[in-house]
Amino acid sequence: MAEIKNNSQKNTPVGMIVEQLYLFFDNKVPRYLVMSAMTAFLIYLPLSSSRFTQEIMANLFFYVVVCLGLNIIVGFAGLLHLGYAAFFAVGAYTTGILSSVYGVNFWLTLPFSIIAAVIAGLAIGAPTLRLRGDYLAIVTLGFGEIIRLTVRNLEITGGAIGLIGIQRPVLFGVVLNQITHFYYLFFILAIIAIFVSYRLHDSRLGRAWEYIREDEDAASAMGINVVSTRLYAFIIGSAFGALAGSLYAAKMTAISPESFMFIHSVMILLAVVLGGMGKIPGVILGAVIVTLIPELSRDIGQFRLIIFAVLLLILMLYRPQGIWPERQGISTKL
Amino acid sequence: MALLEIKDLTLRFGGLCAVNKLSLEIEEGSIRSLIGPNGAGKTCVFNCLTGFYKPSDGDMIFMGESLVKRKPHIITYKGMARTFQNLRLFQQMTVFENVMSGMHCRSSAGFIGAVLRTGSQKLEEKKIREVAEECLDFVGILDKKYYMAKNLPYGDQRRVEWARALATQPKLLLLDEPAAGLNKEEKSRLIDLMRRIRDERKITIFLIEHDMGLVMKVSEKIFVIDYGVKIAEGEAKEVQDNPRVIEAYLGKEEEEDAV
Amino acid sequence: MTSWEIFLQQLFNGLLVGSFYGLVAIGYSMVYGIIKLLNFAHADIYMCGAFSGLIILGFLNPYVGNEWLGIIIALLLSMVLVGLLGVVIQRVAYRPMLKAPRLSILITALAVSMILYNTVLLMTQGQYKPFTTGLTHESFYIGALRMTETRMVLLLAALVLMFLLHMFITRTMYGKAMRAIALDRDTCQLMGVNVYMIIAITFFVGSALAAAAGIMAGVYYGTVHFFMGFLIGLKAFTAAVIGGIGIIPGAMLGGLLLGLLEAFGTQIPFIGSSWRDVFTFVFLILFLIFKPNGLLGRIESERM
Repeated sequence: MAEIKNNSQKNTPVGMIVEQLYLFFDNKVPRYLVMSAMTAFLIYLPLSSSRFTQEIMANLFFYVVVCLGLNIIVGFAGLLHLGYAAFFAVGAYTTGILSSVYGVNFWLTLPFSIIAAVIAGLAIGAPTLRLRGDYLAIVTLGFGEIIRLTVRNLEITGGAIGLIGIQRPVLFGVVLNQITHFYYLFFILAIIAIFVSYRLHDSRLGRAWEYIREDEDAASAMGINVVSTRLYAFIIGSAFGALAGSLYAAKMTAISPESFMFIHSVMILLAVVLGGMGKIPGVILGAVIVTLIPELSRDIGQFRLIIFAVLLLILMLYRPQGIWPERQGISTKL
Repeated sequence: MALLEIKDLTLRFGGLCAVNKLSLEIEEGSIRSLIGPNGAGKTCVFNCLTGFYKPSDGDMIFMGESLVKRKPHIITYKGMARTFQNLRLFQQMTVFENVMSGMHCRSSAGFIGAVLRTGSQKLEEKKIREVAEECLDFVGILDKKYYMAKNLPYGDQRRVEWARALATQPKLLLLDEPAAGLNKEEKSRLIDLMRRIRDERKITIFLIEHDMGLVMKVSEKIFVIDYGVKIAEGEAKEVQDNPRVIEAYLGKEEEEDAV
Repeated sequence: MTSWEIFLQQLFNGLLVGSFYGLVAIGYSMVYGIIKLLNFAHADIYMCGAFSGLIILGFLNPYVGNEWLGIIIALLLSMVLVGLLGVVIQRVAYRPMLKAPRLSILITALAVSMILYNTVLLMTQGQYKPFTTGLTHESFYIGALRMTETRMVLLLAALVLMFLLHMFITRTMYGKAMRAIALDRDTCQLMGVNVYMIIAITFFVGSALAAAAGIMAGVYYGTVHFFMGFLIGLKAFTAAVIGGIGIIPGAMLGGLLLGLLEAFGTQIPFIGSSWRDVFTFVFLILFLIFKPNGLLGRIESERM
């Protein structure tokens, strides 16, 4: 049986620091202290920072949401999804069409966006997940391309130009059109996403995903329906992505097929894998790395993707569990 | 009526016949064993029963219902649990989490329950934990519940598998070579445990075993198969003296002379 | 054109494009068969094959008088080079991961694909490159069928390659070893089969065939670009699934069938060429629902 080596982190200095941090956070009191301090700082941040900073931070929160959504599929359920941006597009276009063509209130488009994602998720997932798990990878890859082609070819989606004039959401009588508004909106959304992720992880469903990831046959011998449990993860993750897509549409007010290219799916996946699949703080860390590093290193431009890909390869070869350490030994949790 | 009835069960892989027209009955509240030389098709029988293999022919009736074409998780839900010949624990999870997996099919909370922690979900979680603890206590490793499964010694890992199977609250427990790799003392405790499972929990036991001594001690009735065909059945003594069984295990006398 | 002429023309187009799909699909199928990996990088290997052919041809053209000779040399050289590239990728990225969880090796494959793809993107700056060969595209007619010399030779070459592969698989020890490893890698190792060697050969052959398909596609379409592998990769995978993944004759059959299906599918009103790729994909999903083991596949029961 394949056993993941997880003592490699002890050998490097970085690994030791992370290990110490991890032990520190495993204790409840400091964890809550740090968390509330961070929350307070992030609430305060827009009051004293530039538009540019707020823009980056809003983008970061957005990435946290999307990455946590993909993490449900890739990290929790262990399924490789290569077309996450497509579900993102499903949400964005559902909101876009309902809002700009039919004039539906933004908040009312959200349920439709979720329904659309669930239907798409079922159409893709149900036939594929009955088979080997890895068929899903290529089918989602194809689906990403198909969605892009479909929105290009259809009239209602605005063809190659895309949709413009998507309404701004209104909350408590305030039209959300400032970057600060979106900063807070995405911040709240990120917190909800983190909360939901933790709750899912520590539930019957979350455990079932872990059982399946560990040993499919043993899980089914324990009475777990492997196919439907996986499908559940796939659909929840897809709905997450669609919701994020809807909000993206509201923030940008214009969307085009090029916003949902394959490369976005890859970057989101990269963030999840980099931080550590299935580990919520790791995934958040991954999202931070993937959004902030390009901002700090715009000059390298095209090389960026090659460097990211090489990084991904090295990571998989030498530290497949990601940056965040694996839990081990005697766990005091539960 | 028997709890489990196997009728003419046949399993073929390509041209090879792993199980051939096997019929047997298991009465409720009994301990039954299936023995046979290596490669006789014993584990194949278990895999058919638990839905991992599709039998080529024949029927298996459990509590009045056919198990043919049922998926493994449905069969577990119907009340048949199993252990594996080579341990199949969830290695990277704690002992407690391993045993909690057994309760999955006896609980139902979904997305809403998980996120909102509704009253019924909390109640259900509490129940899952209680059952898991009780099962761990029953097999005697409650003190190790927070250990990672992979860090336990072999004998304890076996017990985790037992506790996990018990947590599915089965009517019939299938044990695939439960004594493999255990020492003498562990074996005697194993016999004790099997009796306790049957007497205290009213669970019927059907086991595959190599260790003849253990089988003779624990089971009231033994089925012997060789090359997928049942060659004998009966009480320990009868089976032991059956010439076909001796032949299957030791080979024919003439052949030995010839060598 | 009469409908008969259209039919013949599409039949030929379908077979030709389908033979490209088939050649790429074989690589997917072989690798999947032997180590159960969906090699995402395979599509990019096809693309690299086309570019390597283009570069070699650029070197050769001044020295070799005959266009066909030049292309054949370029084809063979590229097949060897790209085959070796496949072996190197296998050695660096896949071999250390053979015992790792399934998800890890899929992600490694994705990383390799990104590296190849972005390297070529950088080198060509995202431009379409003309694949100049100096071959005549003059058309002549065989009965009602309009043909060019180039297209006829291409189809022939593809079929010859498939035939050679078939002989290699069925008539040599390597083929036997490949099938044995697909069944049980550990036992093969115990029986003294050099498992890593055979896996390397599998990658070599698969990559070489993809390279050939890449060059042939370059000759056929007249241009090559960094993105050319993406769609054909998806389609070749579809072809492999249609034939039954892991089964080599199945990949060839699936490729030809898919090519025909596309050629005739685009003739149906309302589908048209802008929906062609959507059509293929829907077909893949339908196939996975109704015949997941493929046309030539058997239902296998896995031992526990």
